[in-house]
Amino acid sequence: MWNYNEKVMDHFLNPRNVGEVENPDGVGDVGNITCGDALKLTFKLDENGRIADVKFKTFGCASAIASSSALTELVKGMTLEEASKVTNQDIVALLGELPEAKMHCSVMGMEALQAAIANYRGEEVADNGDDHEGAIICKCFGVTDTKIRNVAKQNNLHKASEITNFCKAGGACGSCLDEIQRVLDELWNNAPAEKAAPKLDDFNKLTTVQKVFRVQEVIDKEIRPLLEHDGGSIELVDLNGSNVIVRLTGRCSSCPSAGVTLKYTVQDKLREFVSSDLTVESI
Amino acid sequence: MSDKPVIYVDNNATTCVAPEVLEAMLPYLTRCYGNPGSIHTFGGSVAKDVENARLKIAELLNADHRNPDGEATEIIFTSCGTESDNAAIWSALLTNPERKKVIASKVEHPAILNLGRELERRGYIFETIPVDGNGRIDMQALEEALDDNTAIVSVMYANNEIGNIYPVEEIAKLAHKHGALFHTDAVQAVGKVPIDLANSEIDMLSCSGHKLHAPKGIGVLYVRRGIRFRPFIVGGHQEKARRGGTENVASVVALGKAAELAKNGMAEEVKYLSMLRDRLENGLLERIPRIKINGDKSSRLPNTSSVSFEFIEGEAILLLMNQFGICASSGSACTTGSLEPSHVLRAMGIPYTSAHGTIRFSFSRYNTVEEVDFILEKLPPIIATLRKLSPYWKEEYAQ
Ligand SMILES: Cc1ncc(COP(=O)(O)O)c(C=O)c1O
Ligand code: FES
Ligand SMILES: [Zn+2]
Ligand SMILES: [Zn+2]
Repeated sequence: MWNYNEKVMDHFLNPRNVGEVENPDGVGDVGNITCGDALKLTFKLDENGRIADVKFKTFGCASAIASSSALTELVKGMTLEEASKVTNQDIVALLGELPEAKMHCSVMGMEALQAAIANYRGEEVADNGDDHEGAIICKCFGVTDTKIRNVAKQNNLHKASEITNFCKAGGACGSCLDEIQRVLDELWNNAPAEKAAPKLDDFNKLTTVQKVFRVQEVIDKEIRPLLEHDGGSIELVDLNGSNVIVRLTGRCSSCPSAGVTLKYTVQDKLREFVSSDLTVESI
Repeated sequence: MSDKPVIYVDNNATTCVAPEVLEAMLPYLTRCYGNPGSIHTFGGSVAKDVENARLKIAELLNADHRNPDGEATEIIFTSCGTESDNAAIWSALLTNPERKKVIASKVEHPAILNLGRELERRGYIFETIPVDGNGRIDMQALEEALDDNTAIVSVMYANNEIGNIYPVEEIAKLAHKHGALFHTDAVQAVGKVPIDLANSEIDMLSCSGHKLHAPKGIGVLYVRRGIRFRPFIVGGHQEKARRGGTENVASVVALGKAAELAKNGMAEEVKYLSMLRDRLENGLLERIPRIKINGDKSSRLPNTSSVSFEFIEGEAILLLMNQFGICASSGSACTTGSLEPSHVLRAMGIPYTSAHGTIRFSFSRYNTVEEVDFILEKLPPIIATLRKLSPYWKEEYAQ
């Protein structure tokens, strides 16, 4: 069960401004039923160009409904100039807090607002509120690199898992997580976050002895215990540039799945803990 | 936890400990704390009580083999259903090292599916068999997947989300034709429907105490006599050297008592639970437009109902029901912390318009007709409220 605070529960149980404004000046439609969240925002301006009436309809969880409701309270009375500066952080601030995994609900609110303003101004918006520009990085949720960069900049996100919390990308099949991380690494080039795994160039700067030492450590701590579970073992024979040469012993050496074991277990682990460019060869 | 009345219709998630069960187990948390492995009478008498519990479980499953000491040695106590599942699959692979393949259905519990992914990482083949729109397994695909490289087929006895009961005997026969073993995760079936292992081809079967009014953290793996077994947890000689670790005596005794209660009440309960379920389903169908009952109506558990409410999202439904103390669960993405609806609903091809708004109600003997009627009173306005909020709902759908 999610732990929503009282403010979120209040907006969920007593949502403000539900419905659709008649003859709206702007309409914003974002999200879709496939990914489990969708929001339609409509507004009308008064003679001074301020948002006089604003309403929402939301398909989604409690925090999606609460975020939409909070959004309408937030922007009522604003000029479009002011409203266009509203971010998902403002929605979260009004609600007090949202669980980390639900941050995407606040992002959806911001996107609906931006889409509605663009609609009023006669600018073209994509169906899903996603930018036209940019390449799709996450196929499951149709998220582009442009969107990933925007969300990351606005919320100071450095890790792929944080991107998943804020815009879902990476949260289904997960096959795009490496790509998301690459986009983030590129974006934060000047101020990279602390990375758990050492990067290849770090590895390349090491002396050969240091390299061997690191590979050996990962084999001892991470790989051998796995193989021993199946009655096999592994020895490091040589290191030739980024090619790791090993000898598989015991059950593994005669096991027909040795090739697969090698590829998946040894190489994966070495790439995960040492350097993503390593290849493995057995003798 | 608050003190407001709770209408608990989430019994496939877990059940309350039956009062009789609690009473039976308490002495083993107080006076009778001996180790059943000890040589002295103080511990030794506890060993008798463990064996007695084993017999009661064997009786519930009609596992009729007894060793010369009269013990039901086909029953192995474990720590939970998940351990039983893991132990069964690993044992099949380790005792048949020349076979590298495991076959399961796409709607198995994560205890099997995630184990399968782990097996793949270790070089084994894990193949999953699709299901149709009602969650029925594709028998033809299963036959095609079976080969002489298959060590074991594992298909659940009954599904936790939609309640489907699978044709396990038929599947066991197919597996045996190819020299493969057959295991069934019967965690949701044991205690709810009759199981007759004496007249069955099932080789191994998993069960979990907390689904039949025993405590959490006790499970059973049934291993048919004559099936080779390799322990999953290696240690002392407990459970005839098939599962190391001092027995969880109080919970073992509890599960024995729970099995006895289930066996004695089975015929009545099947009728009672189907009555509650049908009352709920018919009531909902009458009162709420655009809903769908999921699963195989011709073969399912008496206590489980999976209902899709179109155009709205499950977490919101659950939270509003929670306001009235109604506890159910949902296959929606948002409740589980994942971002996709449940793998069972997706495997069935339930459209996203319904999958996100799917709620599972699961009853036990402690539920009442009044509770069902309370749900029938509270739920329609909840659904209407959320639909009014939904951009996909149109008033003409109500006709
Ligand atoms: C079908 C099925 N298998 C396995 C399990 C896991 O059982 P346990 O919680 O005892 O590990 C469950 C319970 O959630 C289940 O429903
Ligand atoms: S492609 Fe991003 S989660 Fe599947
Ligand atoms: Zn949600
Ligand atoms: Zn959301």
